[in-house]
Amino acid sequence: MTTTAGPTPGTTTVFDLGVTGVRALNAELHAPTSRHYEVLRPQGAHAVAAGIDTDIAVDVRGHVGYYAAGMNDGGRVTVHGNAGTGVAENMMSGLVRVTGDASQSAGATAHGGLLVVEGSASMRCGISMKGVDIVVGGDIGPMSAFMAQAGRLVVCGDAGASLGDSIYEARVYVRGGVASLGADCVEKEVRPEHRAELAELLAAAGIDADPAGFRRYGSARRLYHFTSGNSY
Amino acid sequence: MTDPSLREQHRFDSLRESATFDRPTIAAIQRAAATGVYDIRGWGAKRALPHFDDLLFLGASMSRYPLEGYRERCGTDVVLGDRNAAHPLHLDIPVTIAGMSFGALSAQAKEALGRGASEVGTSTTTGDGGMTPEERGQSTHLVYQYLPSRYGMNPTDLRKADAIEIVLGQGAKPGGGGMLLGQKISDRVADMRTLPAGIDQRSACRHPDWTGPDDLAIKILELREITDWAKPVYVKIGASRTYYDVKLAVAAGADVVVVDGMQGGTAATQDVFIEHVGIPTLAALPEAVQALQELGVHRKVQLIVSGGIRTGADVAKAMALGADAVAIGTAALIALGDNDPRHDDAYRRIGSAAGFYDDFQDGRDPAGITTQDPELAARLDPVEGGRRLANYLRVLTLEAQTIARACGKAHLRHLEPEDLVAVTIEAAAMARVPLAGTSWIPGRER
Repeated sequence: MTTTAGPTPGTTTVFDLGVTGVRALNAELHAPTSRHYEVLRPQGAHAVAAGIDTDIAVDVRGHVGYYAAGMNDGGRVTVHGNAGTGVAENMMSGLVRVTGDASQSAGATAHGGLLVVEGSASMRCGISMKGVDIVVGGDIGPMSAFMAQAGRLVVCGDAGASLGDSIYEARVYVRGGVASLGADCVEKEVRPEHRAELAELLAAAGIDADPAGFRRYGSARRLYHFTSGNSY
Repeated sequence: MTDPSLREQHRFDSLRESATFDRPTIAAIQRAAATGVYDIRGWGAKRALPHFDDLLFLGASMSRYPLEGYRERCGTDVVLGDRNAAHPLHLDIPVTIAGMSFGALSAQAKEALGRGASEVGTSTTTGDGGMTPEERGQSTHLVYQYLPSRYGMNPTDLRKADAIEIVLGQGAKPGGGGMLLGQKISDRVADMRTLPAGIDQRSACRHPDWTGPDDLAIKILELREITDWAKPVYVKIGASRTYYDVKLAVAAGADVVVVDGMQGGTAATQDVFIEHVGIPTLAALPEAVQALQELGVHRKVQLIVSGGIRTGADVAKAMALGADAVAIGTAALIALGDNDPRHDDAYRRIGSAAGFYDDFQDGRDPAGITTQDPELAARLDPVEGGRRLANYLRVLTLEAQTIARACGKAHLRHLEPEDLVAVTIEAAAMARVPLAGTSWIPGRER
């Protein structure tokens, strides 16, 4: 750990994961003595910057493994590279940004905050999301928004097969094509309030896209009660 | 024989019920034909299975030296999760309370479980749906379940917990998800689970962000990182391929493995699932112990066994076979007042009877335990329920100690397979102890 200045607001603390392990990094981030951190040479390490619960900023310079920024409740984490499985899983609040691509289960079960994937996200993006907002600059893989309960998923590219299977109350916006919709997921009308929230989400994500070009998907609510007519 | 009444009696006496199509089977077919949906119920497997009843202890005699009952010390404490965690659990008794959700159970029931467990120095466990303040407030040792649904999962409660239990499966339904029917989704339950009130909600059967044992190792690492390596991490499996599952759980880094046999209860699962998927607790336990022994971590990675624990004899037998502790669910609810004869009239009004009630899914529990109806739930006094549970836990412990002393053991953990025999061939084969009166363990060379 190298502190470029003292542990006071406005300073930056640098962790070189090629030298210092993830344990030391996370221990520091859970009781931060700085407001801004730079993480160098992450080398695909897992659980980088997981469990943050204060308003700190973390810039990770390189690719991370599984569960980066997992369960964060506040703070701003930027991965300047690609992220492995489960980036920002179960996030409660805060901002997580991936400048590259994300592997599967990005934003899984997350309750709040904003996850931005500037590239594409693999399968199961937003699985069981519970209130998070996710904006993906590129495509998403199959089975995304599976059992998505709440929150909004914005996809500027295409969506893979079985989008929104068994979806509850989450809202999904896709600009490109959708390979197929999952059980109980249907296309819905895009009304002015939806275009307005899309514009807000895209602006918050810093992605330049026209809200008019998106289609909306959500639950038909036909699977909310077990009946003999359920077939899925 | 000409007397018509005698003829009639003879005809009645000669009626023969089919063993294949017995009355419950006929009723099930008729119910399915009438409704078009499968039967969902609570409780665990009700079929007869090889169980701890099929084992007996060999009390001390000429070759073994017993301890004096009531007087000589017989320890009961257990440490769980000291493999990696900075703060393992140290419980006074080896009988813990299994995970049962707020949603499936009333807030009063969860509070009562916490009170009873804490009174005797053991742990209770959350369930699907998250941690309630009532439960945390009344539980000295609280294990926080990490389930596929992640309902109510948040890092604040994770840090409040004393241990984390990653749930892969449940004995009543290994390979199946969970469900909570709409009548139990009150506003509070819905809010905790981020779902609309009143809908039938499902709990996923697999975790959303990992897909195998290698991933599980990374997931455990993440949970340790978030909680700064302070808390033990349990892995709970439903008994099926127990030997392999336990080995993989240990390889993934579990501090404690929980094995739940098919007699373990559920709040709501398809009857066909409960009765036909999984293996009995008695079959699973020796498999788990073998896996731990082969890895050289028996007693280092602790083993908790659940599914049909009812008496101190069951506790002692499970520990003699190699468990470090047991967990109870159904028995704990009975101690609180479930299936109490004083509610018999109420049970009969909803088509059941005391001793048979298992419709935990429908939220009309007269005992106020498996319900979210405020009026019904108010029937359970958490203080009185906690006292009853504490009494029951004390009895389990005293019974287990009585047996251990008779076997010459100064601590429950000193019980061993050598103290046991089986009274059926099936139990001997499963438990891997000799058939009583012989030296024969089926499946092993003599």
